[in-house]
Amino acid sequence: MNANTKPPAAAERPAKGLGKGLGKGIDREKLLLAVAAPVLALIATMVITAIVLLCSGKEPFGALRVMGTYLGYSDYQVNTLNQATTYYLGALAVAFGFRMKLFNIGVDGQYRIGAFFAAVAGGAVNLPAVLEIPMIMVVSMACAGLWAGIAGWLKVTRGVSEVITSIMLNAVAGSVIAYLLNPKRLALAVGNDVRTPKIPDSGHFFSFNLAGGQLWGFIIIAALVGIGFHLLLNRTRFGFDLRATGRSESAALASGVNVKRMVVVSMLVSGALAGLIGMPQLLNSSYQYSVDFPAGIGFTCIGIALVGRNNPVGIAFAALLFAFLDTVANPLQFNGYQVELVPVIEGTIVVCVVGTYEVVRRYGLRRQQSRVGEQLGRTGPTATDTAKGVAA
Amino acid sequence: MRRIGRFAAAVVCVGGLALATACGSTSTSSQAHKSGSSSSAGKSGKITKVGMAYDVGGRGDQSFNDSAARGLDKAKSQYGFTVSEQSAQNGETDAIREQRLEQLAAGGYNPVIAIGYTYAPALGKVAKKYPNTEFAIVDDSTVQLKNVADLMFTEQQSSYLVGMAAALTTKTNKVGFIGGVDNALIHKFDAGFTAGVHHINPKITVIKKYLSEPPDTSGYANPTGGKNTANGMLSQGADVIYSAAGSSGTGAIQAVHAAGKGKWAIGVDSDQYQQKALAADKSSILTSALKNVDSAVYLFLKSVQDGKPLSGTQRFNLTNNGVGYATSGNFLTSAVQTKLKAAEQDIISGKITVPTTP
Repeated sequence: MNANTKPPAAAERPAKGLGKGLGKGIDREKLLLAVAAPVLALIATMVITAIVLLCSGKEPFGALRVMGTYLGYSDYQVNTLNQATTYYLGALAVAFGFRMKLFNIGVDGQYRIGAFFAAVAGGAVNLPAVLEIPMIMVVSMACAGLWAGIAGWLKVTRGVSEVITSIMLNAVAGSVIAYLLNPKRLALAVGNDVRTPKIPDSGHFFSFNLAGGQLWGFIIIAALVGIGFHLLLNRTRFGFDLRATGRSESAALASGVNVKRMVVVSMLVSGALAGLIGMPQLLNSSYQYSVDFPAGIGFTCIGIALVGRNNPVGIAFAALLFAFLDTVANPLQFNGYQVELVPVIEGTIVVCVVGTYEVVRRYGLRRQQSRVGEQLGRTGPTATDTAKGVAA
Repeated sequence: MRRIGRFAAAVVCVGGLALATACGSTSTSSQAHKSGSSSSAGKSGKITKVGMAYDVGGRGDQSFNDSAARGLDKAKSQYGFTVSEQSAQNGETDAIREQRLEQLAAGGYNPVIAIGYTYAPALGKVAKKYPNTEFAIVDDSTVQLKNVADLMFTEQQSSYLVGMAAALTTKTNKVGFIGGVDNALIHKFDAGFTAGVHHINPKITVIKKYLSEPPDTSGYANPTGGKNTANGMLSQGADVIYSAAGSSGTGAIQAVHAAGKGKWAIGVDSDQYQQKALAADKSSILTSALKNVDSAVYLFLKSVQDGKPLSGTQRFNLTNNGVGYATSGNFLTSAVQTKLKAAEQDIISGKITVPTTP
């Protein structure tokens, strides 16, 4: 396998490894179908991207070569992991809502509100690290959670769709921050930039010093949150209720689930998770909230959650893929590709993943039907054959 | 049990993938290796490769970035160096910006010019790491290093003068101001413009509107928003509209032109009357508040070429033609121009101090 096919290979590899190790215990065909969907999506993305590149008069393999080369550089790997940490937390927040058919489109505003107030709180007090860091995280999660809770509360009391309210709350969050992030209120003017006071050293999260740069220690928190997400959804009554509500609200209601309470609680949890999105950037990198604090992550994370099928492991791969594409945007531009190429690829991935999953699902369903039909057909005649034989 | 096992295996896979990343050389070390030398211009001057990191919008935004590009092109035609031009994207992190600058510095591009203050934190880090590369940043003075030139402009002064021009031209006593992003930089334009208008006639209403709130910088690149906002102001009775909003301003200028004779637009940063993309609308461009990023960029490149690179805060104002106003199209009557010239002298002599915050 040469360098050209490296990026997709990286995404496939773990899936194959998983198949090899556990092939015996699990239905092979089911597994094959599960792997086929993302692989097909990546192939489709590559084909479409290649067509786009050809249309714009560029040589498509060159872009893959650039990606392959930079995949091997340790500083790009570190940057990818750092960015993926942020994306992973964000996509989990989105996925949490998705699992019970709650479309929390407001993750973007929630994390910015959370990160902003956390930065203000962190900059205002200087506690020992064991208190300072949890305090900052709790403030962020609480603010973001409550912000999301508004949408949940409006849904259960007034029947307003959370899609509408949460996306409108994004705009409100932007305005609230713009109002407060002002030298006259909670921030300081630094040149043309406006920033909150810096968080003292005790509020700085540790990071790993690698050859390629600083790997944010927050990646460990992200991994723990991923495991917690899995356990909460699959090992607790709450998780069962949540998934049940997602599958069928009326059935959940009939089996004694308080759906309204579930909506509010899920919104709060989804928002609290969103509160973690800004934390890697805040505690591991910028230590303050400024005008150029990254925005729009919440929307990227909706795509990542879709690509990762709302599953903590799937999301990890999707987050790594998107983070890698983001970091490789610079080298691509440096090598003469348009700056818009990466957003095009990312958008194509989302569309292709959604498309291929549906295709594969339908194919699997048909296979299952025909197999069941085949088995029925086979047992039918044999039974009569023996009956005939006996009669004869 | 099996479910846990599957999940655990998957977690191990992800973890393994993450751990595997500590391998490989860094991109910069292998780049420096490939290019042989680490910089193109030493103490002796003579630029061979220039790295340009644009703000969101890049070359072709008909405004701020294009102005920088003109300065680059002028120097390029004189000194004959090669250029690598990179653009920023909305919602970038500092890490990405840092990577962009570092890629240029490590690739032997010297000098490296960053357009826009959002590059400041990233530039601070990269400039320390590459002490033999010369850097310049536009619109920021927070990075004070020996190998960094901070190119600063007094935008409020030029905005003050076009504000006077607007006040002397309006028939309805209503003028409009469209700001790209509601931040400290655009507040300088706003404050200067309003002060200039009220210097002529304090009764004139200035209708103000910002297209986006920070951290959302989309207001710099939203021509449709500029057009809609300008239409809104026109319907409120404004007949002169000044937009300090990057490429969104082109939409505003088009809207004003579509409104017909007697309505005027004021351009920003570049002399927008001269821009090809606005050729159809140029008869409605009264003047433009110039921010001569091009001459600043050119002067910086010249200083590097001459072996005496600029360093520290460099102010570009009315005194050294760093800012000003355009007279293309001759829409400003001689009476207006006389008043503007007088005010210009008063600002230079310090008789008028233009506010920087509205």
